[in-house]
Amino acid sequence: MNHDSTWAPVRAKVLRTSAGVGVATGAYGLSFGALGSAADLTVAQTCALSVLLFSGGSQFALVGVLGGGGNALSGSASAILLGARNMLYGARLAPLLRLRGVQRAVGAQLVIDESTAVALSSEGHGERAGRLGFWATGLAVFVLWNLATLLGAVAGQAIGDPRDLGLDAAVPAAFLALLAPRLRGRSLWSTALLGAAVALAVVPVVPAGVPVLVAALVAVVAVVVRRQEAT
Amino acid sequence: MTWTAILLSAAGCYLLKLVGLSVPQRLLEHPVAARVAALLPVALLAALAAVQTSTDGTRLVVDARLAGVAAAVVALLLRAPFLVVVGVAAATAALVRLVS
Repeated sequence: MNHDSTWAPVRAKVLRTSAGVGVATGAYGLSFGALGSAADLTVAQTCALSVLLFSGGSQFALVGVLGGGGNALSGSASAILLGARNMLYGARLAPLLRLRGVQRAVGAQLVIDESTAVALSSEGHGERAGRLGFWATGLAVFVLWNLATLLGAVAGQAIGDPRDLGLDAAVPAAFLALLAPRLRGRSLWSTALLGAAVALAVVPVVPAGVPVLVAALVAVVAVVVRRQEAT
Repeated sequence: MTWTAILLSAAGCYLLKLVGLSVPQRLLEHPVAARVAALLPVALLAALAAVQTSTDGTRLVVDARLAGVAAAVVALLLRAPFLVVVGVAAATAALVRLVS
């Protein structure tokens, strides 16, 4: 365990990072709230997603698929597949957090991109800093994301036709903004391009919502198989 | 139907998070699992972006959304923050609709 005089500055640094990440992430909760309303969800439904699902990409995916005419099943499948990465984050965090019982049940909901990133980057200052990074970031994002969702959803309800404000173009732009930082290296670019191409190719022949699932499976299988043949 | 989708995806996503914290790490550290975990979000986000840009139900269409998304790409290349990217896309699409 760190001595108090060395812990104080580390603690302050981790908390500052957590607050910064919380504010930045919370801000785009505003756009999620507005897009939820634009996709014809009620304020309660949009807010329920932020509380219960609490994983930005999956929430945008569900709202996008439902807004595009997809059914509950294809919408949920897209959201859950997109949330699968949180399982890997959890596995990486487990030995650091060492959670039991109720703590684990609560902590699980906070396993997202941002809390994982801050926990792992703070871990260099010791396990205590890593754990603080996880909880502080997870809670900051949770509070601000939900507050911003509520504001965005209420504001979104006041808008007449969301198309007049171009909100239907904001949805794909949000997906691109979530995608851009992940595009590092050739196999990730091929996966993205293949995913987009396959999705558009099957749009005319399968029900709304399904193209995304088909595209994701085809692209991932193709790139994984090709990589294994190459090695 | 919307509530079904909300509860189903929330339950699914929560279980994935809980399983991650609960199973031995080595089970999830298989190289193929790690690879799929990195690729899956990329494929899904790209497919979602493409479908939301240029389809209407089961038809491919070109409309103001394409202009909005093109503007978003420029904003991303200029390293604009998330809200700016989304705002630029919406404003561009709205403007194109207004003048066409």
